[in-house]
Amino acid sequence: MNIELTSADRAFRDEVRAFLAGSLPPDIRRRVEHGLELRRDDYASWHRILHDKGWVAPGWPVARGGTGWTPMQRYLFDEEAAAASAPRIMPFGVNMVGPVIFTFGDAAQKARYLPRILSGEDWWCQGYSEPGAGSDLANLRTRAVRDGDVYVVNGQKTWTTSAHWADHIFCLVRTDPDAARPQQGISFLLIDMRSPGISVQPIITIDGGHEVNDVFFEDVRVPVENLVGEENRGWTYAKFLLSFERAGIADVGRSKKQVANLKRIAAAEQSNGRPLSEDDRFREKIAALEIDLLALEFTELRALSRQTAGKEPGTEANILKIRGTEIQQRITELTLEAVGTYANPYVPEALRDGWNEDPIGPEYAAAAAPRYFNWRKASIYGGSNEIQKGIVAKLVLEL
Amino acid sequence: MDLTYSEDQTLLSESIARFIQNDYDFETRRRIAASEHGLDPAAWAQFADLGWLGIPFSEEEGGLGADPVAVMILMEQFGRGLVVEPYVPSILLGGRLIAAAGNAAQRERYLGDLIAGRTQLAFAHGEPGGRYALAHVATRAEPGSGGFTLSGQKAVVHNAAAADFLVVSARSSGEPGASEGISLFVVPRGAAGLSIRSYGTVDGLHAGEVALDGVEVGEEAQLGVPGEAFPVIEGVTDTAVAAVCAEAVGIMDRMREMTLDYIKTRQQFGRPLGSFQVLQHRAVDMLITCEEARSLALMATLKLDGTAAERRRAVSAVKAHVGNAGRKLGQEAVQLHGGMGVTDELALGHYFKRLSMIDTFFGDTAHHLDRFARNS
Repeated sequence: MNIELTSADRAFRDEVRAFLAGSLPPDIRRRVEHGLELRRDDYASWHRILHDKGWVAPGWPVARGGTGWTPMQRYLFDEEAAAASAPRIMPFGVNMVGPVIFTFGDAAQKARYLPRILSGEDWWCQGYSEPGAGSDLANLRTRAVRDGDVYVVNGQKTWTTSAHWADHIFCLVRTDPDAARPQQGISFLLIDMRSPGISVQPIITIDGGHEVNDVFFEDVRVPVENLVGEENRGWTYAKFLLSFERAGIADVGRSKKQVANLKRIAAAEQSNGRPLSEDDRFREKIAALEIDLLALEFTELRALSRQTAGKEPGTEANILKIRGTEIQQRITELTLEAVGTYANPYVPEALRDGWNEDPIGPEYAAAAAPRYFNWRKASIYGGSNEIQKGIVAKLVLEL
Repeated sequence: MDLTYSEDQTLLSESIARFIQNDYDFETRRRIAASEHGLDPAAWAQFADLGWLGIPFSEEEGGLGADPVAVMILMEQFGRGLVVEPYVPSILLGGRLIAAAGNAAQRERYLGDLIAGRTQLAFAHGEPGGRYALAHVATRAEPGSGGFTLSGQKAVVHNAAAADFLVVSARSSGEPGASEGISLFVVPRGAAGLSIRSYGTVDGLHAGEVALDGVEVGEEAQLGVPGEAFPVIEGVTDTAVAAVCAEAVGIMDRMREMTLDYIKTRQQFGRPLGSFQVLQHRAVDMLITCEEARSLALMATLKLDGTAAERRRAVSAVKAHVGNAGRKLGQEAVQLHGGMGVTDELALGHYFKRLSMIDTFFGDTAHHLDRFARNS
């Protein structure tokens, strides 16, 4: 038992830090730092820079372009990237469909898709949720009917993040409506977003932003070679995908960065003639938040240690998701509280880089309310926190 | 970084768990708690034989190497078994204060007997009206011919009546609240002018109010540099707080297990309580609370040897969490047991009482939240 990083891990962290300092473009860093809107190009450039360095897909096998990092090194990379205000890597290609393709795909699919996922040439989105299939995902109704050498797809996907930026969508579709259990009649299809019959409608969220979309399929013809694995086995691949991406689910590094930001705001805000950070009640709230974050950090580090020691990962990922998102939301909530009345002005232009009017109120105020509103999504997406608790109750507590 | 137990640590944990299972069932605990000093001499002798009394001391001090993780493991198991023996006041407070502040002669005089299980110690520090301010020492130490005269009142001194010697804090200069001017003295329980009003505590332990009415001690009774005991007291109490938080982790985990068993077996409306989603989610919340408490207890234990600021921040983090989340978990465990949760018959309520009193051990949630913030 030992809390210190090994000298190899310290050297790795220094290497990552130096790389980030030298390679993260300052304009992208500024946009992340100030909570400004990121463009598709921002994500794409950072993806390319990491790809050139060979660091874009830490979770992949080395032979396919992975980094060979230990779980601790992956953790350190995420922490340093967050501290440096790097954008996240869009997960849909690298962390989601990529592993499904290299695990269950055929040779042609691997050759066609994997290099373009790694290089960032192809952007992916995830076609899972539907209007009638949210937490009850297996209730999905989008139909794929075999017609010669194509599937004809009809239906609707929703909450599809970055569908408006994507080249491809990976979809769960129903291929056997008569299967004994709803999970049994589902297949995993790769669909070109330029296919005739696909249309994308933006969904504007309460922060005023556009991240998610409705995607409609009307007689979309998808070549059968785009089926991953076997027909009607898609649920298995979907579950694999969920279990694959566990590293970093708690996003401790990003939360640490946001807490530091919150403390800066609290030091700048005045309350009864002194900094808000010296107000006992507010200071106590921040202290409680920091202690929760420490607990999350060490819960994740304990899980990493077990993983490094070769023990099977448990369902700690569910716990990390629940607490990680609750803490992220708490940070946005306290940041909103810290900003006070200047949380009110709604000037979307102020969140775009290059807006050259004077800020209304302190510069840090503009992002506080949109961020708070936007971040309500965290406890809902990726399997709502209620679904996560249901999984823990069933699998860990055997209730 | 490696946050898993070594093989030795796993073996230690298992051997203590075995002792609890074989020799310390709840009825045994109930009987010991009701005895005069809340201490079974046979059990204490067994702790000595098994080497447990020497765990927090270095080999030079006659102990087993002073591994804080081993203390954490022991205390977690003591929590699971709700052990009432005075390991904290005697070993982790009295013993560690002598080890940390005493000179070679004092260490030799007291620690050998302590580790062998032949003597008991207590730490007489807190005072009426002092609440959790560690430097609130009003007890005076006046220099006299060849020694000191101690006068004052000490509040809720655990293990006072069973202790052969009390480590007493007293002020040789300054006002209550000042960290300078505090000294430590080893005082035999039978010293003239020392009286103890002893009582049982709500969580099954034993403590007493200690009155020092012109107690005369020789110079050899003083531990360490006169007037400069505060940093030692703070360091030792932080170590003891981390250990008590590990005890709380054991208690919380055991309460969680008992509650889970209960909702799986208790039938209402023709099905087990645990089949109701609203209770399932509460059981998951209890699991999360336990995991987080365990993570923080481990973090604090591993930071005990860091800088004073790191140590304070880490110890206060776990103490605040155990106080707050532990209270919630304890209340939930009682609630989910229904009427049975409030009976004296069931062990659960006794775990609840101990967990509740842990919040008052050297600072409650509010105290440690504030201390955490001041060290962040």
